Amino acid sequence: MTARTEVTRREFLQAASAAGATLVIGFTLPGCAGPGAPAGPPLEPNAWLKIGTDESILVIVDRSEMGQGIATALPMLLAEELEADWSKIQIEFAPADPVYNHRLFGMQATGGSASIRAAWTPLRQAGAAAREVLIAAAAQTWDVDPSACRAENGAVTHAGGRRLTYGRLVATARTLPVPTDPPLKEPKDWKILGTRVPRLDTPPKVDGSAQFGLDVTVPGMLVAVVARCPVFGGTVASFDAAQAKAVPGVRHVVQISSGIAVVADGYWPAKTGRDALAVTWDEGANAAVSSASIGRLFAQRAGRAGAQARHDGNPDRAMSGAASRLDAVYETPFLAHATMEPMNCTAHVRPDGVDIWAPTQFQGGVHQIGAAIADVPPEHVKVHTTYLGGGFGRRFELDFIQEAVETSKAVGAPVKLVWSREDDTRHDFYRPGSYHRLRAGLDTSGRPAAWTHRVVAPSIMARVFPDTVQNGLDGEAVEGAIEMPYGIPNVHVDYVLTDTGIPVGFWRSVNHSYNAFAVEGFIDELAHAAGRDPYEYRRGLLGNAPRYRRVLELAATQAGWGSPLPAGVFRGIAVHKSFEAYVSQVAEVSVTGDGTVRVHRVVCAVDCGPVVNPDTVEAQMQSGIVYGLTAALYGEIGIERGRVVQGNFHDYPMLRMAEMPRVEVHIVPSTDSQGGVGEPGTPPIAPAVCNAIFAATGTRIRKLPIGKVV
Amino acid sequence: MPPIEFTVNGRRQSVNVPPETPLLWVLRDNLGLTGTKFGCGIAQCGSCTVHIDGAATRSCVIGIGTVAGKRVTTIEGLARDRSHPVQQAWIAEDVPQCGYCQSGQIMAAAALLATTPDPTDADIDAAMTNICRCGTYQRIRTAIHRAAEGV
Repeated sequence: MTARTEVTRREFLQAASAAGATLVIGFTLPGCAGPGAPAGPPLEPNAWLKIGTDESILVIVDRSEMGQGIATALPMLLAEELEADWSKIQIEFAPADPVYNHRLFGMQATGGSASIRAAWTPLRQAGAAAREVLIAAAAQTWDVDPSACRAENGAVTHAGGRRLTYGRLVATARTLPVPTDPPLKEPKDWKILGTRVPRLDTPPKVDGSAQFGLDVTVPGMLVAVVARCPVFGGTVASFDAAQAKAVPGVRHVVQISSGIAVVADGYWPAKTGRDALAVTWDEGANAAVSSASIGRLFAQRAGRAGAQARHDGNPDRAMSGAASRLDAVYETPFLAHATMEPMNCTAHVRPDGVDIWAPTQFQGGVHQIGAAIADVPPEHVKVHTTYLGGGFGRRFELDFIQEAVETSKAVGAPVKLVWSREDDTRHDFYRPGSYHRLRAGLDTSGRPAAWTHRVVAPSIMARVFPDTVQNGLDGEAVEGAIEMPYGIPNVHVDYVLTDTGIPVGFWRSVNHSYNAFAVEGFIDELAHAAGRDPYEYRRGLLGNAPRYRRVLELAATQAGWGSPLPAGVFRGIAVHKSFEAYVSQVAEVSVTGDGTVRVHRVVCAVDCGPVVNPDTVEAQMQSGIVYGLTAALYGEIGIERGRVVQGNFHDYPMLRMAEMPRVEVHIVPSTDSQGGVGEPGTPPIAPAVCNAIFAATGTRIRKLPIGKVV
Repeated sequence: MPPIEFTVNGRRQSVNVPPETPLLWVLRDNLGLTGTKFGCGIAQCGSCTVHIDGAATRSCVIGIGTVAGKRVTTIEGLARDRSHPVQQAWIAEDVPQCGYCQSGQIMAAAALLATTPDPTDADIDAAMTNICRCGTYQRIRTAIHRAAEGV
C-alpha cells in the first residue's frame, strides 16, 4: 500500500470531533459508576476516547489487532498525553467510519507496518486535547488559573492541594471547547512511551474468551462452506445438490460468485455436504499452468529489458570495463499466508441493512462491498471487527467477505462462512513467485563498480491498485531492490511484469521478502569473489548509509562476529531496510550429514526510530524471523494443472518449537525517523541463513525453499 | 440416533449428532465453547487441543462417539480466573500475539506439566508440537519453565 493522502492536523481534528458527535449514539460504557460518582454521559473529546464518570478510559482502536500489539500501542500513545491511569484503560475496536481512515493510506485499513507511523502525532494530540479540557474543567470548578493545575495519573491537581479525578470532571469538561492545538509532552517526560507495558489483550487470550471471527455467534445463524473451482479463474459449469442436501443438517445449497455454498446448522454438516456436492467446473484459461511452465516463463521473460526502476552512472560501460564479473539467478516460490485462523466472515443481510462481523485488515473495503452486494446505503452497513487469528496481509483481501455477504443474502439468514485449511491454502492471494537476474562487475581491488538487477515477477498492485502501475513499472515489485544501499557507482534495476494466472497479494513484508534474498545473497557472492569477510565487505560499502551500517555493526558485535563457534556451526549476515526500519541479522547455522539445516541462534539488530513499546518490538522481530525462516526452510506453493498442490500443514509445513532458534533482539536507541516493526524482521532472515549455509558448505542457495542442502 | 453423553468442564452433556462428528465441532457449534480453535482439521496444528481424561488430545479428529462417558476439559475449564500456573506464566511472559493458537498451546503445556513437573528443553521440544504462526515459541518455552517453578 502506498501513501495516498496527507490530512492536515486541522482537518483531522475537525473530522474527529464531527465523528465523535455521531458515534455516541447507542453507546453504553462498560462497568458501572464508582461509589458516589455522578452518573452521566462520557466525555468524548474526539473519535478515539470516551472518558466515563466511573473513571473508565475507553480507547477506540482503529487498527486491526492481528498479533502485532497495536491494541496496546495505540492506547499507549493516547494515555501518555492524557496522563491517564493505565489500569483504567479499556479497548474497543472501531466501527467502519472515514474518521478512522489510515492517515497514510486514505482508507480504513491495517498494513504496511504503518499503524504507529500514522498515529504517532494525531493520537498523542487526541490524548493531549483531552488532558487540556480536563485541566480546564478543574480550573473552572476551582475558579483558578489552568496554569496552576496539572494532570497526573487520572486526576487534575492544583498547587493548593486540591484534586479531582477525571471521572468527576467529565460533566464540566463536556461543556468546554476541546483545544485544537494542545501542547505535546517532551520525550524526557514520557512515563508510558518507551516502556514495557504488558499487552491489554493477553488476559482474554489465555482463557479462551478473546473473540476471533470464527467465534462469532448470531441468533439464527447458519454455517456455510463453499466449493470453489480448484483451478484459478475457473467457474461452475453445472452442479447437482442432491448428495449435499441429503446430509443431515444441510439447509441450503446456493450458487454464489466464487462457487457453490452449502449452508447448514454447523460447520461439520456444511463441510460434509460440501464434500458430497457434485460440481462440474469450467476450468478456464489456467488449466495447464504449472510450476514448471511458470519457471520457463520467468526465465524467458528475464531475457528482455524491463521497466527501469533505478539507473545510476553507466552500468554497461562499467560492466565491460570491470576486472571480473559475476552473474547469478535467484528464484523464490509462491507462498501462502497460512494464518492460524482460516478465512471466515459472518454476515447478516436484511432488507434494511447489513451487519458484518469479520477478522479483517480492511474495514473500509468491507463497508463498501457490503453496501454494494446488499444494495443498501453505506450508512446501513455495520462492520464489527473481531480479533484476527493472524493477518500477514491475507486479511486485507475481501474475497471471504464477499462470499459471506452473498450467501447471507441468498438464504435470507445470518451466515458464518468458514474456510477449511485446504480452502485457505488453495485459494489464497500468494506471495508472488519471482526470478532475479543479477550481474556485477568488480574492480581490481574487489570493490563493485557495477550492479544490475532484473526482477521478473507478477504484480500485486496491478490487481489491487492498477493506477499505481505506470509504463509496466510496479514500484512495489522492486521495493528493496531499488534501495540497494551499497556504495556502487553504476546501478541498473528493472522490472519485467509477468502475470502467471496465479493470484498474488500482500504477504508479510511483501516484495521485500524476495528482493532482500536476492540482494543480500548476491552481495555475499561479491564479498566471496573479492576474498573479503562478508561483514567487513558490506560495512565498507555502507559509508553513506549510516542507519544500515549501525544495525549491521550492532548485530555483528552482539553476535561476536569472527569469534570461535562450536564445531560445525557457521555464521551468515544480512541487512535490509523495509517499511522505514533497518534490520540486520546474524544467523548461526549447521548442516548435518544428510543436508538438514539447523538454525541455532539469530542475533537481530533493529533501528525503527522512537520506540513505543520495546517488548513489542522484540516480539515482532522474533515473529518476523520465524515467519521468514519458515518460508526459507520449507515454504513453497507448487502448481500442477492450474491447481495448488499443497493443502494442509503436512505438505505445507511450519516451523515448530523443536526447530526454533534462540533469538536475541537489540534495539538501536534512535531519535531518527520512525519505521514499522510488524514486517521488517522478515526479509533479512532467508539471506542470513543462506549465507551461513554457504560458509558451512560452500553451497550457494539461490533458490528457495532451502530444503535439504546437497 | 441415541444421544451421546460425556462430561465437559465438570458438567454432564448430552448431544444428538452423528458419532463421527469431531469433538471440536460439538464443543464449538453445539456447546458454544469457542475457546478451542479450529486450525487444520487433521491433527497437525494443535489449535484444538483439549484434555480427555487428563491427556492432551487434538479434538478435530476425535469422533464424538469415542468420547462417550469420558471427561473433557477445555481452556474454559482449565481454571477459574486464569489462575492455572500455565495461564499465570503466559500472562507474566506476555506470550500471545494473535492468540489464536494459544488455547491449544496452554492445554498442551498444562498436560506436559501434569506428567513432567520440571521439563527440560528437550521435553518441551517433544511435547510442544503445536504450530504458532506468530512465532511465540521462545516465550512459550520461557513461560513453561516459569510455570514449572510455580507448580
